[in-house]
Amino acid sequence: MLVVNDLTLAYGTEPVIKQVSFSIPKGQFAAVLGPNGSGKSTLLRALCRLHRPQTGTIRLIGRELANFGQQELARQIAFVRQSSSVAFDFTIEELVMLGRLPYLRRFQAETSHDYAVVEHYMRLTGLWDMRKRYLYSLSGGEQQRVFVCQALVQEPSLLLLDEPTNHLDINHQLELLDLVATLNHEQGITVIAVLHDLNLAALYAERLLVLEQGCLVADGPPGQVLQAGLVKQVYGCPVSVIVHPVIERPQVLLVPRTSEETATLPEGELLS
Amino acid sequence: MGNWDFIDPVSASRSQETCLVVLAPAFGAKARGIYRPLLRPGYCLGAFVYEESEVVQGMNQRSKSMAILLGLGAILIIVSVLAVAIGSVHIPAAEVVAIILRRLHQLVTWQATNLELGNDVIVLNLRLPRAILAACVGACLALAGCMMQGLLRNPMADPYVIGVSAGASVGGAIAFLLTGALGWRFGIALTPLLAFLGAILAVVLVYLIARVDGRIPIMSLLLSGIALNTVLSAVLSFLIYFSTKELQSLIYWLMGSFNGRGWLHVGIILPHLVIGLVLAVYLARDLNALSLGEEAAATLGVHVEGSKRLLLLASTLLTAGAVSVSGIIGFVGLLVPHISRLLFGPDHRLLLPASALLGSIFLVIADLLSRIIIANAQLPVGIITSICGGPFFLYLLRRNQARRF
Repeated sequence: MLVVNDLTLAYGTEPVIKQVSFSIPKGQFAAVLGPNGSGKSTLLRALCRLHRPQTGTIRLIGRELANFGQQELARQIAFVRQSSSVAFDFTIEELVMLGRLPYLRRFQAETSHDYAVVEHYMRLTGLWDMRKRYLYSLSGGEQQRVFVCQALVQEPSLLLLDEPTNHLDINHQLELLDLVATLNHEQGITVIAVLHDLNLAALYAERLLVLEQGCLVADGPPGQVLQAGLVKQVYGCPVSVIVHPVIERPQVLLVPRTSEETATLPEGELLS
Repeated sequence: MGNWDFIDPVSASRSQETCLVVLAPAFGAKARGIYRPLLRPGYCLGAFVYEESEVVQGMNQRSKSMAILLGLGAILIIVSVLAVAIGSVHIPAAEVVAIILRRLHQLVTWQATNLELGNDVIVLNLRLPRAILAACVGACLALAGCMMQGLLRNPMADPYVIGVSAGASVGGAIAFLLTGALGWRFGIALTPLLAFLGAILAVVLVYLIARVDGRIPIMSLLLSGIALNTVLSAVLSFLIYFSTKELQSLIYWLMGSFNGRGWLHVGIILPHLVIGLVLAVYLARDLNALSLGEEAAATLGVHVEGSKRLLLLASTLLTAGAVSVSGIIGFVGLLVPHISRLLFGPDHRLLLPASALLGSIFLVIADLLSRIIIANAQLPVGIITSICGGPFFLYLLRRNQARRF
């Protein structure tokens, strides 16, 4: 599906991503993790061609990313940002309909098929009943759902999410990722999400890619990647890793450095 | 099909079949909750809201847009006929229509023209070209304003923000000084020409300053526009200081006016309007995508930099054309796109042509007012538009503050 080979990304001469290689098979839900400034967002932007690679190649379905037409690419890849702002008062329905642009020629009006697609995904994301409302009248969680829905009506084969759960409360975080996971399972959409929350990543993604200062330092299923040692190495903070009591996924617990109980524990025990 | 629903209890008492008014959709079709007070005149016309059923939504959208544009077109024609009829010499509207139709018939059948009657001359040589010019300039400024607001993602932007007006002012001032100093007889042609060149040069300069490795970041476009505006207004003040006998006519020209303009000026503006309108319709979908931001537009399949360049080109052509024939008419390009957005929604595919028509209507009325508001005086139309525009701008500012914070 997506093959990234020896990719280097830079702002000016300062490299942000250094010779990263990985490939994502079709239908996978992958999460990109790493501390602030590790290059996660830049990597994601390069995957949808918003950032031009210094060296290296990105191939989508066997084709060089640079060789896609602009509209053609928009039919393959959809990108959901952390937060989006809209300049004018479009209704929710009009906003979601903008996601059909990659399928419309100039001067062409939306067809009944476009309306059907929009209705389908708006019902799926629970936005149908508020379709005549305006973005500013929606809560943060609902707003983010609008942009996910807009990405979905692009009917992409690859969905990129850049910290989609930022600014959302825990319920809305779950709701959003549940939605993405459902689409991933049922429609086979490949998902690559940049996530801040290690635990959410471990719960939903089947593969974690960990970046540290632009280098890929770990790549694999959550159980293998999320080790206390690695988290300490990458993020520089002490943690304890346990298994989720309900589902078989690792969860990271933070350990305050000032806590009296931990101060007495030997270093090794804390990291196990 | 959907059903026609009345939005007003007054008109609801009438029967549904007899109240079908062509103009109604233009006012009532998009009764967007908070703007209802604005739509009052629509109710008086017996307006409806067309409640679309979801199945035929796409088709309705299209026919609704057509109905709105046709309605606005009809209003424009009515207003223009009135503008030709009313003046120091009143000519009945029916006679105006008859004169125009007779002349059209003569043109189509290649007959020789005879403009013997006084009213023929007033209609065909004075008021009609003036009304058409006002309509064209209104359309140009509204279209350009609409595009600039979309491009800059800022509803406070207007066509002059990137230096067009300042460049045109300086060009126009130079023309006036030259005409005065050298006693040229070509003043009437020199002013539009130099104003146009000044406008184009100013935008090219702003574009070159703002460009960063082949891209034009919006913020630097805006800032270099403001900077150049400042410099050029200093140059303008300098020129005004040295103009003595041309001072009054220069100041009048700077305020914007249609006094003494004729078919020549219509001929100058028309190509600008046609090219601008075609580009506007061509770029409408890109503007819709751009309101989500440039990166979002790119991931929706828009060639962002190319579209931006075309948008700049189109709005510069439109504005420079308008300014060269009529001087600096303020606030049309700010006000009209705004009102259209309130009435018809933000979809640029409808918004752009609707703004053009509304701009025409607005400026034809404003020009009519400028001719009749004080008997025997011809106020510069720019004064009328600014009187309407200033308070409206403040209202928008207040409303946006209430929304955002």
